[in-house]
Amino acid sequence: MKYIEEFQNPDLAKRLLDEIHATVTRPWALMEVCGGQTHSIIRHGIDQLLPEQIELIHGPGCPVCVTPLEMIDKALEIASRPGVLFCSFGDMLRVPGSGRDLFQVRAAGGDVRVVYSPLDALKLARQNPDRQVVFFGIGFETTAPPNAMAVHQAARLGVPNFSMLVSHVRVPPAIEAIMCSPDCRVDAFLAAGHVCSVMGTGEYPELAERFRVPIVVTGFEPLDILEGVRRSVRQLEAGRHTVENAYPRAVRPEGNPAARAMLADVFEVTDRAWRGIGTIPGSGWRLSERYRAFDAEHRFSVEDVTTLEPAACRAGEVLQGLLKPHECEAFGTVCTPRTPLGATMVSSEGACAAYYLYRRLGGTPVPAAGKEANPVG
Amino acid sequence: MDFSGWTCPAPLRDQPHIVMGHGGGGALSAELVEHVFAPAFGGAALAQLGDSAVLALGGARLAFSTDSYVVRPLFFPGGSIGDLAVNGTVNDLAMSGARPAYLSCGFILEEGVATATVAEVARALGEAARVAGVEVATGDTKVVEAGHGDGVYINTAGIGLVPEGVDIRPQRAVPGDVVLLSGPVGAHGVAIMSVREGLEFGVDVRSDTAPLNGLVEAVLGATKDVHVLRDPTRGGLAASLNEIAAASGVGVAVRERDVPVPPEVANACAILGLDPWYVANEGRMVAFVPREHADAVLAAMRAHPMGAQAAVIGECVEEHPGMVVARTGLGGTRVVDLPLGEQLPRIC
Repeated sequence: MKYIEEFQNPDLAKRLLDEIHATVTRPWALMEVCGGQTHSIIRHGIDQLLPEQIELIHGPGCPVCVTPLEMIDKALEIASRPGVLFCSFGDMLRVPGSGRDLFQVRAAGGDVRVVYSPLDALKLARQNPDRQVVFFGIGFETTAPPNAMAVHQAARLGVPNFSMLVSHVRVPPAIEAIMCSPDCRVDAFLAAGHVCSVMGTGEYPELAERFRVPIVVTGFEPLDILEGVRRSVRQLEAGRHTVENAYPRAVRPEGNPAARAMLADVFEVTDRAWRGIGTIPGSGWRLSERYRAFDAEHRFSVEDVTTLEPAACRAGEVLQGLLKPHECEAFGTVCTPRTPLGATMVSSEGACAAYYLYRRLGGTPVPAAGKEANPVG
Repeated sequence: MDFSGWTCPAPLRDQPHIVMGHGGGGALSAELVEHVFAPAFGGAALAQLGDSAVLALGGARLAFSTDSYVVRPLFFPGGSIGDLAVNGTVNDLAMSGARPAYLSCGFILEEGVATATVAEVARALGEAARVAGVEVATGDTKVVEAGHGDGVYINTAGIGLVPEGVDIRPQRAVPGDVVLLSGPVGAHGVAIMSVREGLEFGVDVRSDTAPLNGLVEAVLGATKDVHVLRDPTRGGLAASLNEIAAASGVGVAVRERDVPVPPEVANACAILGLDPWYVANEGRMVAFVPREHADAVLAAMRAHPMGAQAAVIGECVEEHPGMVVARTGLGGTRVVDLPLGEQLPRIC
């Protein structure tokens, strides 16, 4: 576990930065797909250290942010029912639905629990046979395999009081949707390393070729991100567009075959709505026919929940890389972590949260790179 | 409840119920005190809003503080709820420069808890009091029905004498003050998390729970001209620095690489998606001292067993008043914000 320190080494970072500075000749826009990468970039001030020509665009890869409001409202509805024990990962609790969040459901008497694994929710179901235990299954290819495993286990063990509210999403269709947008200005992608550790790199060559865009699989520590930027810029400057794996310590080309097999067994591809973006064909997973009995949407008949999205929230544009968080008129004024309009302001991987937490300096939300007051020595 | 009279620009209008974040030591906790408790209670002493109130009584200056302990589990690596109940209140008193003298101790026990468990907690509490050099002078016991508590809750209150010439409070930080930290942060919170049900993970981290009154004596031995002391408990180092910046109206600038974080703590936090600067401590102290005394205070800290790894982590500046800004390890800058409530482990 000494690796974290090593991947934040300032001397090595400087070497990578020097090479990036020496390589860049033209403006390039790089999209980091994952919200974890966004937070690392903003938290460590990486964007402030890159050449002015390189713009980092924040992508749609925050699992909490893209979970549609409708699904959150369904979660709130189910969690409010008597006899339900509703389980979720922690950072879903503060995300507002149409008027309230899961914390408020709990404060009003709902039994909402934070779990750290879907298997913990399954354990709770076995310990509480007289309760309906529901797990909120959200996220990308990273969280989908363990969630699939929980459903698989529930079926194998015959746990009738366990179900899952499934809202999983897939990265490649989102990349395709972004590239097909008429407003798209992405020149290269820093693909999400954790997603590729499950799915491998096989889904990307076709995208890279079709859209003539470099895709570099990138990790989450500062040196990982700088290496991803370095490789992207080298490709762009050379006029190449291939898939490169800059995260080989976690990603093999074939991914994790066992996890992929579990996904194929439990889930099937479906169209999925992305919060703020809209429906992307083939971009989600739902429980396959064989496991439909564990689908909480059907078990609790919440198909007809109506939603109310705040009109002022421009999270969809942020998630598509069309708007920087601080460029939104609501940022830091009516929209704060205390009073969020959208999930991007409260999720631990949300781009708006990253800007609010790390870049809100006096009256200037985002100091220009190299021009901010030097507060420390 | 009528919310119409509230003056906060972001009142708790949409928080008709208490949520866990109201006890997290962050912005929600502060709002609850500001908008509910302080207006209801009144009183100049309460308005100090420090870890302890300093009161003039019979010619002496007394520090007075209270805190409640609701930690789960009751025993954890490096300590127990009994140690915390002493050290927490002793440290709150010490942060005003006081010499803690007497504690009260209120036990709220849940029907069905093992008597042996209560005895073990009491033994730990008594031992911690002896180590800290304070006496438990009075107490109380209540029992609540099964299902209405987590076995044992403890409230302690304490009093101590503030020496002549000492004036330590969050409002006194000024530009130019040097910010010192007595040791590595985050161990207590990670130790608790490592044994909490549903989150057990194998990591060799022990709580830093300890009394700080000896360390404060050592610092005051170097100079009485200490502006602010604070033990960064709930909300961690980030919350304490923010509270001081807000109370004094100065900017606080810290250097990320100078804040010691044990590798085990950093790794556990990385896995959980938490920031060690926001993780609770129970035996650490930040000190704001005038630049001319910084070397002497650092030396005094390092000469004391509780401050062997003390470090200078930053300074107070004219810029960005009321805010904390960090220079990152790579050379960028970032705002260090007050946490809203509790940190939540991320999804992936």
